Amino acid sequence: MPREEVMKWLRARFFPHIWCPGCGHGVIMHALLRSLTALDKKPEETVIASGIGCSSRMPGYINACTVHTTHGRSLGFATGIKLAKPELTVIDVMGDGDCTAIGGNHFIHACRRNIGITAIVMNNNIYGMTGGQASPTTPPGAKATTAPYGAIDPPFDICNLAAGAGATYVARATIAQPAMCEQYIKKGIQHKGFSVIEIVTHCHTQFGRKNKRSSPVDNLNFFKQASVAKAKADQMSPEELVGKIITGEFVNKDIPEYTEQYDKLIAKVRG
Amino acid sequence: MPKIAFWQGNMGIAMGAIAAGCRFFGGYPITPSTEIAEAMAEELPRLGGKFIQMEDEIAGIAAAIGASIAGVKSMTATSGPGFSLKQENLGLAYMAEIPLVVVDVMRGGPSTGLPTKISQQDVMQARWGSHGDHGTIAYAPSSVQECYEITVEAFNMAERFRQPVLIMNDEVLGHMREKVIVPEDDSLVLVDRKRPTVSPDEFVPYRADEQDDIPPMAGMGDGYRWHVTGLTHNDWGFPTNNAAEIEKKMLRLMRKIDRFRDDIVKYDTESVKDADVLVLSYGSVARTALSAVRMARKKGIKVGHFRPVTLWPFPDKELETIASRVKTILVPELNCGQMVLEVERVVGKERVVRQNLVNGELFKPAEILSKIEEVA
Ligand SMILES: Cc1ncc(C[n+]2csc(CCOP(=O)(O)OP(=O)(O)O)c2C)c(N)n1
Ligand code: SF4
Repeated sequence: MPREEVMKWLRARFFPHIWCPGCGHGVIMHALLRSLTALDKKPEETVIASGIGCSSRMPGYINACTVHTTHGRSLGFATGIKLAKPELTVIDVMGDGDCTAIGGNHFIHACRRNIGITAIVMNNNIYGMTGGQASPTTPPGAKATTAPYGAIDPPFDICNLAAGAGATYVARATIAQPAMCEQYIKKGIQHKGFSVIEIVTHCHTQFGRKNKRSSPVDNLNFFKQASVAKAKADQMSPEELVGKIITGEFVNKDIPEYTEQYDKLIAKVRG
Repeated sequence: MPKIAFWQGNMGIAMGAIAAGCRFFGGYPITPSTEIAEAMAEELPRLGGKFIQMEDEIAGIAAAIGASIAGVKSMTATSGPGFSLKQENLGLAYMAEIPLVVVDVMRGGPSTGLPTKISQQDVMQARWGSHGDHGTIAYAPSSVQECYEITVEAFNMAERFRQPVLIMNDEVLGHMREKVIVPEDDSLVLVDRKRPTVSPDEFVPYRADEQDDIPPMAGMGDGYRWHVTGLTHNDWGFPTNNAAEIEKKMLRLMRKIDRFRDDIVKYDTESVKDADVLVLSYGSVARTALSAVRMARKKGIKVGHFRPVTLWPFPDKELETIASRVKTILVPELNCGQMVLEVERVVGKERVVRQNLVNGELFKPAEILSKIEEVA
């Protein structure tokens, strides 16, 4: 059972949730709520935005200022909210499809702009909500309803993408490491600028069923066995890293945050 | 003292927005609307407002909706291809009932079409462009003065009815310079969205007041917590599959506009009392048509003019009354026949004559005049 402070952040009225029993998305929601309580955030000053997908249904269950938008576009909405009211804590939760397929352009531009939003990308390597179609992070060879013979498209590495586009805090954990998830989300929220936390999770119902990981436990075991901490991965060859999930912090740098820059611009214009 | 300015239509819209209290603009450059974004980029920071050029039109409207959710009056502006891109998020603003003003400066279509040339080809898209049923408020200004005034009114309507309001400008008016009498700021009547009067604990975000079918809206960060979604939702803002709740939401979305249709509808007439022929036109075309009507009057032809200022809701009752007295209704439009479908819905097909032009040019007064002479 989650702690009492965490329970206060839930919208009990909106339960039961739509997630399949054992879906990894719940683990991520719990890590987010623990982070928010640990940081003493106030729900009425916390905005949680999302796009469309199973993962994007999360904000509905959180008793804060929540904005469930259109598929792939949530970062645009979140940008408007943050720029209009920079004092708000703004978090944006997205699925891998939502963030890197239909929302890919918005994602890289949010990274580039370095606006103070924390993006949590819930990567289950599949389109869960629509029934298991391939996503831009489906591993080559894995099966999906739209890749019945195995995917041949090279996948995105979300953290590399975010780093390349200019995000100033980038980290990855898997749901098999809930404490690490919480730690990175907390750091992302405290970070000034655009932070990206990729959390590798599972959709046992859609991805797992087709790829020999059909129970939540199979997936947790897989994550434990496939995860490699960044420090260790740095010593390994590309061949050794095939099929591995590198966890850790990839970027943590300080460059001016967008809304602060905007306030300076206003001050300058107004003399 | 009111000020005299000499502005382009697009500038009139930008300055009208500022006067209406708009303090956020999200957009993406596209001809022939770009001057609106440029003017907002210059004006907003001076007033402590925010302008942001987003990565595309989809994100432009998303950011504008986001700012409105945060409690700031906001706007986006675009043209043809960009208006198409905005349709999905426009739908979200209808469904989630977020005040917003969206400007489309019409150019020739389809597709990239004629970036620098006028058309009126998007007027049905304004009504039906975003999927699903919803009420629409869309204005077509005819002068730079009206660009300014209509924009103030558009913000007032968006705030009052909690939904997006469209301004369907066109390329010629967008770029045409004209004298504008700018009223003093404190002489303008400005409307702000209704805020909740209950405490945050008692707040039910989509529970509408009976007297107007509109739920009070809290700004995010104002102490209230609520859920915005594009899914069909109940009074709590939570997604529903319950038939009664779905119907309640859908019917209210339509009703909140239908009920107050008379407060919204705006139109203009000239010389209609004794008219045998009625010319109906809007936007830049109305300027040409009016001079044709005046020329025809000088020739002794009994012709009048009807100008819908709100294309949506269409002034159907008003047209019906006037049209009952005339023999022929001529509808010149810069498209292949769009608003004429509304005219035919109101008065039947028999008496309606179409005049259409889709070559990127504006009608010449003589062209409309000779059509008036032909049908008189
Ligand atoms: C414009 C648009 N295109 C397609 C869809 C259908 N759709 C809904 S969710 C989804 C994919 C979601 O996948 P992901 O973001 O990975 O989230 P998950 O469900 O796996 O958590 C798609 C394609 C949509 N809602 N809107
Ligand atoms: S379909 Fe997959 S992603 Fe969606 S709730 Fe079920 S397990 Fe989770």
